[in-house]
Amino acid sequence: MNAPLRRVGVVVMILFGLLFANLNWIQAYKADEYRTSDYNGRVQVALYERPRGNIEAGGTALATSKATSGKLKYLRNYPGGPKYAHVLGYEPVNLADTGIERVENDFLAGTSDALIANRIKDMFTGDKTGGGNVLLTISKRAQDTAYEQLRNNNNGVKKGAAIAIDPRTGAVQALVSMPSFDPNPLADHDTNKATATYNQLEQDPDEPLKNRALSETLPPGSTFKIVVAAAALENGVGKNTQIPAGSSWTPPTSGSPIRNAAPSICPQSQVTLMDAVTHSCNTGFAQLGVKLGADTLKEKARQFGFEQDDLTVGQLGEGGLTVAPSRTGAMEAPGGGTDPAALAQSSIGQRDVKMTPLEGALIAGTVANSGSQMRPYLVKQLLAPDRTTSYYTAKPRELRQPVNGTVAADLREMMVSVVENGSGQKAQLRGYTVGGKTGTAQSAPNRPDHGWFIGFALDKNGTPVSAVCVMLEEAGSGGSGEAARIAGKIMQAAIADSGGR
Amino acid sequence: MTAAATPAVSPATTGEQPGVRLARSRRNSELSLLLLAMVLVAAYGAIIEANMLDTVTPDFWMPAAVLGALFLGMHLVIRWLAPFADSALLPAVALLNGIGVGFLRRLDLGKAAPAERETLAIFAGNGGRQLAWTLASVILAAVLLFIMKDHRAVSRYAYTLGLAGIVLVMIPAVLPARYSEIYGAKLWIKVGGFSIQPGEFAKLALLVFFAYYLVRKREVLSLASRRVLGIDFPRGRDLGPVIAVWAFSLLVLVFEKDLGTSLLYFGMFVVTLYIATERVSWLLIGLLLFFGGAYLAYVLGGTIGGPFANFHLRAEIWLDPFSDPYEKGYQLVQGLLALGSGGLFGAGPGAGEPLLIPEVQNDFIFAGIGEEIGLFGLTALLVTYLLIVERGLRAGLAVRDSFGKLLAGGLAFTLGLQVFVIVGGISKLIPLTGQTTPFLSAGGSSLMANWLLIAVLLRVSDAARRPVTQGSGPAARPAGGPPEQLHGAPTEVIRP
Repeated sequence: MNAPLRRVGVVVMILFGLLFANLNWIQAYKADEYRTSDYNGRVQVALYERPRGNIEAGGTALATSKATSGKLKYLRNYPGGPKYAHVLGYEPVNLADTGIERVENDFLAGTSDALIANRIKDMFTGDKTGGGNVLLTISKRAQDTAYEQLRNNNNGVKKGAAIAIDPRTGAVQALVSMPSFDPNPLADHDTNKATATYNQLEQDPDEPLKNRALSETLPPGSTFKIVVAAAALENGVGKNTQIPAGSSWTPPTSGSPIRNAAPSICPQSQVTLMDAVTHSCNTGFAQLGVKLGADTLKEKARQFGFEQDDLTVGQLGEGGLTVAPSRTGAMEAPGGGTDPAALAQSSIGQRDVKMTPLEGALIAGTVANSGSQMRPYLVKQLLAPDRTTSYYTAKPRELRQPVNGTVAADLREMMVSVVENGSGQKAQLRGYTVGGKTGTAQSAPNRPDHGWFIGFALDKNGTPVSAVCVMLEEAGSGGSGEAARIAGKIMQAAIADSGGR
Repeated sequence: MTAAATPAVSPATTGEQPGVRLARSRRNSELSLLLLAMVLVAAYGAIIEANMLDTVTPDFWMPAAVLGALFLGMHLVIRWLAPFADSALLPAVALLNGIGVGFLRRLDLGKAAPAERETLAIFAGNGGRQLAWTLASVILAAVLLFIMKDHRAVSRYAYTLGLAGIVLVMIPAVLPARYSEIYGAKLWIKVGGFSIQPGEFAKLALLVFFAYYLVRKREVLSLASRRVLGIDFPRGRDLGPVIAVWAFSLLVLVFEKDLGTSLLYFGMFVVTLYIATERVSWLLIGLLLFFGGAYLAYVLGGTIGGPFANFHLRAEIWLDPFSDPYEKGYQLVQGLLALGSGGLFGAGPGAGEPLLIPEVQNDFIFAGIGEEIGLFGLTALLVTYLLIVERGLRAGLAVRDSFGKLLAGGLAFTLGLQVFVIVGGISKLIPLTGQTTPFLSAGGSSLMANWLLIAVLLRVSDAARRPVTQGSGPAARPAGGPPEQLHGAPTEVIRP
């Protein structure tokens, strides 16, 4: 019986050899894959071992890490609550992160390549140095104003967005999407609570999680006339050139007539381009657009930033919050032939023309900045955990040049006229030259109109200091006027807060 | 395989001969190995405290000291009752048991609020309960050594034990689920807040019966055969017991929803059958039957479900645990992630996150420990198990009577198989089945049964290494044992 006993001994050794080989497979070969697996809770625990860096603007911390006594050692805290939610995003334990928290995650968590020296130092000292700090371009006062003014708008509108940028640099001064939400419960360490909050927000029909300033595209209405005017100026129409107008105009091939917002607007058969912009003359721009042609309009819109589907707002290098592309849509007949009706409606920012609030601010900023469109950005600086070393400082750069200086000067004059004499008078600011363009866009049938305002402010020397776009979704009558008023307030705050840029 | 035809193994083929070489008891080496094991256990406890409390409390050595005192007592009992027993068994088991207690205490520390960690009493929580169970188990093992002065004596109770084994196995199967089911496996008897796993004890009882039965039947099983393709196949009528045990283990699988136990019983039987008859054909038939049965259960579970559904589910999880990582595959996935996170060197005792694995104190303790001590530490544990198993088999080789050979060989193999089944299960080598990890997992039944198993191995190894001339002494055979003149001869003369 000893021979089989010995063989059993060999069998046991083989079985243990299999176990050993399999453990090698798991603990050596597959170790990295398992260690970093999405299902591995250790990743999270390790992440919360060290304090995540702050996100700050103008010297105020907007996102901080508070030490806790729980297993996850730090709790992410957003002192501003819903005010900065769409800029900062949130860093939840179990859900997907968003906003700057997502974009700058590596630096905030201290795991980016830039912070390798800190990690090596920690290895020797045993310290748990926190992540790096992200400084934003946001102006605290402009953001405060934008948030409060949107939330308490005079028209009782529930949905909308406002964004302000510095036309000279592209630095975002304020970014608000309404309705907003409080990111704090989403970062709760109780993942069930966080999930419940998320589900509730996700199912809210007003879509509070959506960043409307960057990713909502709506018909821009008359604000699009600035693009059409730019195309006209480049095609032989001067600012004082008389263009055909009238109280009503029916495109040659289609029955439905284009009318003006009020009978008092350009009833005469001809108005100057300047007047057409100032009073937002629909019939004038419809005829102008048809005359210029679809290709010219679309090309001009593209030069202003329409159709760009890879724009991000974060650092100036790569990465950032994604921006939905603004679209001009089809202005031709399905076969490719001309469709004057479609072209006429597109020329006044209706039909398939769709624009984000950011694009509106960029158009206004371009006009203010002599035709140079600066790339928008949110991250001003990346500071090491010890706050002495800087790993990144934004160097503003031009995104594109949609129009030349002469055309920009003409457009600027027209937009200033809008605020001084026309539909945008509520945006006026004492001591500054304000230009802009209102827009009232039809939304779905039987739904209230959207109210738009895009504008800019120039100081006494003619230097542009702020460009802004306010959009009030389904605001109804008076929406664009209210948008103009809010835009004025935001620009005023941005100007006052010199430290915020 | 020529020996198959020889009823008795001649002394010349026996691996070791009684003689001067074996006269040394090696008790002192057992003592020093034991001390080494306890130093390791104390160090393990200290590192855990250093990692979890950022300080080592003055009482860190207490659990190790209690265990040390206990094992020292066992060592003295062995000196007294089984002076020639294998000297590696006790230290190896003591090391595993000590690591188990230490790890369970580490889990308690992990669950306790940080403020209460430093004052955790040594008998508190799972770790404390395991310590108490160790105390009871070792005392019971000592008592068994005392009662069973000669392993051959138990053969007299073989039928009783066999019946008891079957009854123990069947109790959870017939009990209503609320008295017997934990996590989908009906393996328990739950009374009040107390639950025991009778299968753990049944394992021992059944093995005694198998060994006895096979020693009696080995001639007819090994001699009467037909030769097909160069392999001797048994006659149909002799297949009876194999078929019976196969059916029995399948019943366990079906009614108790537990592949592991069924695999364990079947493997145990087939291997003792093989050792007794020395015929490879039994192994082939056994493997064929088992895999055939398991595959059938898998297919049936997938089509008609019913009692096979549990097994089918486990097989599906095994094939791809990551297909449902948060529900069905959660435990296995978390176990694999823990092992992977540990890597080669581990996070260090107390520095891992074993509590992320559900039920880490039971089936998945090996994964939980593995995260903290890494591949190197786990390899050391595996080698320790292997040492116990091979030492048990060695006792079987050296002992002179067939019953002892079968008993030691069967027990040692069963222990090894159990380690394979559970460690293979948690590391996705084979489908996961609910088995305890011997000496490590929390649970009194398993610990106690395995300590009894070790007591039997100690007894057999003592008989194996005892010089023939030393017939009397504290370990003298009880009255009614085999006649003196047959003691040293390899023999089948064992009658109930």
